[in-house]
Amino acid sequence: MSTAAAHDAHDHGPASGLSRWIFTTNHKDIGTLYLLFSLLMFFVGGAMAMVIRAELFQPGLQFVNPMFFNTMTTMHALIMIFGAVMPAFVGLANWLIPIMLGAPDMALPRMNNWSFWILPFAFTMLLSTLFMDGGGPAGGWTLYPPLVLQTGDAFPFVIFSIHMMGLSSIMGAINVVVTILNMRAPGMTLMKMPLFVWTWLITAYLLIAVMPVLAGAVTMLLTDKFFGTSFFSAAGGGDPVMFQHIFWFFGHPEVYILILPAFGIVSQIIPTFARKPLFGYSSMVYATASIAFLSFLVWAHHMFTVGMPLAGELFFMYATMLIAVPTGVKVFNWVSTMWKGSMTFETPMLFALGFVFMFTIGGFSGLMLAIAPVDFQYHDTYFVVAHFHYVLVTGAIYAIMAGAYYWLPKWTGNMYNETLGKWHFWLSTIFVNVLFFPQHFLGLAGMPRRIPDYSIQFTEFNVISSLGGFAFGLTQLLFAYIVISTIRGGKKATDQVWEGAEGLEWTLPSPPPYHSFTTAPVIK
Amino acid sequence: MSEAHGGYYVPHGSHWPIVGSIGLSILLAGAALFLNGSGTGSMMMLAGLAVLVFMMFGWFGTVIRESEAHMYNSQVDKSFRWGMSWFIFSEVMFFAAFFGALFYARIYSVPWIGGGDPGTNELLWKGFESAWPTNGPANLGGDYKLLDPWHIPALNTLLLLTSGVTITFAHWALKKGNRSALVLWMWATVILGATFLGFQIYEYGEAYSEHYNLTLESGIYGSTFFMLTGFHGFHVTVGTIMLIVISLRCMKGHFDAHHHFGFEGVAWYWHFVDVVWLGLFIFVYLL
Amino acid sequence: MSARTNLRVPQVLTGLALLSVAGIAAAEYGLNLRPGVTTIAQEAYSLHMLILWVCVAIGIVVFGAMFYSILNHRKSKGAVAAQFHESTAVEIAWTIIPFLILIGMAIPATKALIAMEDTSNSDLTIKVTGYQWKWQYEYLNEGVNFFSTLSTPKEEIFNRADKNPDYLLEVDNPVVVPVGKKVRLSITANDVIHAWWVPDLGMKKDAIPGFINEMWFNIDTPGTYRGQCAELCGKDHGFMPIVVVAKEQAEYDTWVADQLKMADAAAADSNRDFTMAELMARGEKVYTSNCAACHQANGEGVPGAFPALKGGVITTGPAAEHLALVMNGKAGTAMAAFAGQLNDADLAAVVTYERNAWGNNKGDVVQPAAVKAAR
Ligand code: HEA
Ligand code: HEA
Ligand code: HEC
Ligand code: CUA
Ligand SMILES: [Cu+2]
Repeated sequence: MSTAAAHDAHDHGPASGLSRWIFTTNHKDIGTLYLLFSLLMFFVGGAMAMVIRAELFQPGLQFVNPMFFNTMTTMHALIMIFGAVMPAFVGLANWLIPIMLGAPDMALPRMNNWSFWILPFAFTMLLSTLFMDGGGPAGGWTLYPPLVLQTGDAFPFVIFSIHMMGLSSIMGAINVVVTILNMRAPGMTLMKMPLFVWTWLITAYLLIAVMPVLAGAVTMLLTDKFFGTSFFSAAGGGDPVMFQHIFWFFGHPEVYILILPAFGIVSQIIPTFARKPLFGYSSMVYATASIAFLSFLVWAHHMFTVGMPLAGELFFMYATMLIAVPTGVKVFNWVSTMWKGSMTFETPMLFALGFVFMFTIGGFSGLMLAIAPVDFQYHDTYFVVAHFHYVLVTGAIYAIMAGAYYWLPKWTGNMYNETLGKWHFWLSTIFVNVLFFPQHFLGLAGMPRRIPDYSIQFTEFNVISSLGGFAFGLTQLLFAYIVISTIRGGKKATDQVWEGAEGLEWTLPSPPPYHSFTTAPVIK
Repeated sequence: MSEAHGGYYVPHGSHWPIVGSIGLSILLAGAALFLNGSGTGSMMMLAGLAVLVFMMFGWFGTVIRESEAHMYNSQVDKSFRWGMSWFIFSEVMFFAAFFGALFYARIYSVPWIGGGDPGTNELLWKGFESAWPTNGPANLGGDYKLLDPWHIPALNTLLLLTSGVTITFAHWALKKGNRSALVLWMWATVILGATFLGFQIYEYGEAYSEHYNLTLESGIYGSTFFMLTGFHGFHVTVGTIMLIVISLRCMKGHFDAHHHFGFEGVAWYWHFVDVVWLGLFIFVYLL
Repeated sequence: MSARTNLRVPQVLTGLALLSVAGIAAAEYGLNLRPGVTTIAQEAYSLHMLILWVCVAIGIVVFGAMFYSILNHRKSKGAVAAQFHESTAVEIAWTIIPFLILIGMAIPATKALIAMEDTSNSDLTIKVTGYQWKWQYEYLNEGVNFFSTLSTPKEEIFNRADKNPDYLLEVDNPVVVPVGKKVRLSITANDVIHAWWVPDLGMKKDAIPGFINEMWFNIDTPGTYRGQCAELCGKDHGFMPIVVVAKEQAEYDTWVADQLKMADAAAADSNRDFTMAELMARGEKVYTSNCAACHQANGEGVPGAFPALKGGVITTGPAAEHLALVMNGKAGTAMAAFAGQLNDADLAAVVTYERNAWGNNKGDVVQPAAVKAAR
């Protein structure tokens, strides 16, 4: 994907061979690495989800033992969140932020390389725990003590791999913030930045604020296990619930880390295909900031059943409900952007529309969960599982796919196959609903999450969900095929690619030169 | 914002990051093996650490050379400044997790166990009364004694606060271009930092002695005490090493009145360590 | 709860279709939250329906506008893009209106929450303790005290026998409560966090080691209500059900009297000596219901997680150490202290069993008297 561009004195194209990828400091190369890594992890995490769905296809224990089932659940979540979704967003940030801002590269290119190259090591370490004595981690991705302290040899490896992921995220986030604050082309004021850049600025802030808290939390687990501290044990004056507070102080902002960049992507795509400027740009910015702010005040909605004092439950319930307001503003703005537009429905737009529709459904179930007196019934059931897969799969993953289709022609210089793209969208959308919608019913009927076997009243919907899951999984092979074949060739893309596209990235050739803006563009 | 765009220095490929990743992985895998009781663990840790140190020499060395070759314009300088500030913010949040644990224990869990939550005290921990400090209802780690905050900790507070002043003097000297004063104040700061560490180590020795018997195992008080002071001490160690490097660079004349991000980054870090200590002194030792 | 194990695909599809339109119609197909049998469960249910309908209504408006636009404002229909891109009035409206709707939801939610958390003035208190993987129930005033474990046969779990209608939702000793009484549960755990949940009673509370959480319910109609542990607690988290049987006061009183009689009989057991054969038979039972979950029926354990007792260092070492380990457990591991869970005779039996089963053949016996002395 590298056409040599006009060079000035110390400019040069990519190195050749493997060393290009290992030593690179180029934001596009690093973006590509992140995106490919993320795709790989999506398949690994997805394969684990397939194990889960296979075991749940019928009541009774058939394929895996309960311990391994729990390991699959735990690893599936850790890999999807830290390995698939977060790196995908960082990859997009790497590719796009410098281009969107008219910058020569990310602000701290060497550190950029390190942010990425920690990840393969971290995930190798995490995955290697599957083969250790006592098996991989099986206490859920939330790592609650005391259960997680029963993990076998895998325990310190899991903790350290999380430390490494945290290190990588923090460095990546610092790079993004600094790039946005310091590398904008002349005239690119903050309120002229594309919304994707805005959402990433706020996401990066969240990352820097909460990843260290996670690091602290898992460090306390480590010392509780190996050094005799008693943070999470009542006998010494600590409290297992203390871990949950610290974890969710990280965990709730984390879920917005997983969705804010998605909001940004969708806010880029909808105006392009509606051929109409984004409605309410500044309210989008303020809404994003409000969501980020509120996200620090709602963590205990994951803990309504731990026995908090009434005042605490009320506070966290109200604060959580409030998040619906700024999120609503975003949804309304997207719909108003479409309103009276001149819409076409290429694959990126389809995924973006799918996002708006299904993310909102996930948001509604989130709001239901926020109502504490009813959450006592929903909590730790498949209703929660349904909620978060709607916001994560049809939310985050859909936005990432929308973004991939949207920018793929820019990145590779080739158009993807539109017919296959549409197939991918429609099959995914049908099956993902077959997969996750029935989980609402299961949860309401009383099926707990994280169980390898269930009572027979839940059979029908599990069968349906599993079938949907297998079909959705297979459909993703189509995505991999489309991406790979587009990298390898295809109809040449124009510079603007999409008729309605606006922004600096569309002024560059497709693919853009190795060094995008050697002299800064001037923004009016 | 964004002067001299064409001049923003973008390094070409670098092998230091991958060396760093390898070193980090060896270090952590070694540590994990060590914790699991495997003999090879400690050797691996040493090897990993060596690779990391090598990486840091190489990486920072490259940066210093580039800086001395004036390859960094003022925009690059600004990136470094932003980067350092956000890094320090992330460190603040790391400490926040441990302070959070401290406050949670003091405000919630200990009072609950000690009678604030009738059921819990009545049915599970009868006879335990809420108090701070505490090693919990099970008297974990056995009886212990407290360290006197007005003894070593107060002295250490004085040392760190003074070091904050000396490093500011150094900065003024640097801005005035007075190299000998700069070097003098820098080494004064280093010595203060090192003395702090010496006292801290001495205090840990005291704490672990039979007389005090205050250890990591001493319930929630021992846990929060050692984790907070321990991570702080680790940061002081790192800070002191950074100060030494910067002092040497000052002696070599690497900095001038306008061009001294390296110096300032370390000074910020040092002030951060200082402020954390104040929090510790107040909430861990005094109150 | 139905006994059907066959698939009802047509019904399910109809259900799916219906739910996309309406929650109420779907309720008949077991798709909705259960209304439950207590006032708090019913309050939760009506709140659930309220919010569901509000969300459906908002959804109709939002998605209605979106699909209208998708259908009509498309380029292929010759739509020309307007260029408006903000309107302060509209934006303020759609900030304030959702806010008001939320206040409308928060008011009944607050009322319900306050009622649910009021555990005062209860008629009966039961202390509930979660273990890996069973529940202990102590009736604090009546003196009744027992464990409750899954009673579904392994054959059904491993698909070697047909599954019965209460598959995985059946226990050996259900909790029995009187109807029409406010029952308070004081919930805690012994090892890891569990959660006590019976959907029909409308409440779920975590069982946290070292802390007591309280919840209450008041059941009007006699019946059997089933639930499950709702917090991941390790390997057999899916296999620690809860069964509550609500009885009329008189029947409940008889039940209490019976329980006390049985407890006396068990206590008497601890004062006599047993033969080896008696201990082995009793020990096997105790082992199967308390130890086999981890150490496995064949005593071989799970490598890396649970040590083998067959030919183990402790199980073939001195009997006193073996007994001490079982009684006191091992701090920081999954091995719990069984002194508080099993009586003298059971402890004696299980230790004797372990020392002689699977070819360990130590040939020695541990008598209840030895256990009593070790307490
Ligand atoms: C991308 C990730 C993501 C996102 C965006 C969200 C968004 C929200 N989540 Fe979710 N959540 C998760 C990921 C996410 N969540 C995960 C992973 C878990 C489980 C973790 C675990 O236990 O493993 C979880 C669990 C979870 C719980 C805990 C459930 C339990 O365990 O009992 C709760 C409870 O309050 C909750 C609430 C919400 C709310 C209120 C929102 C809101 O942000 C949603 C706001 C959006 C809307 C409301 C829709 C659009 C708005 C309008 C159209 C305006 C008008 C609307 C109204 C006025 C109603 N979530
Ligand atoms: C971004 C995050 C993310 C994503 C993308 C997904 C994607 C999926 N998730 Fe995941 N999930 C979580 C985050 C995510 N999940 C979290 C946080 C939890 C909670 C964990 C916990 O409780 O601790 C969870 C838990 C969870 C459960 C509950 C487990 C339990 O409680 O025991 C289930 C069950 O159905 C499930 C299913 C799926 C499925 C079927 C997909 C599918 O979308 C995956 C589709 C992708 C593929 C399948 C890969 C591509 C295809 C192939 C590899 C080819 C081979 C295909 C076949 C053999 C058919 N997930
Ligand atoms: C929740 C899981 C679990 C249950 C249930 C359990 N154990 Fe254990 N047991 C363990 C674990 C884990 C260890 C290893 C502890 C260690 O690390 O030393 C252990 C160790 C032992 C040992 C020492 C073995 C050795 O060689 O070190 C004996 C004996 C033992 N258990 C007996 C029992 C008996 C008797 C019961 C039932 C009454 C029982 N266990 C129930 C998990 C369990
Ligand atoms: Cu006990 Cu789950
Ligand atoms: Cu949340």
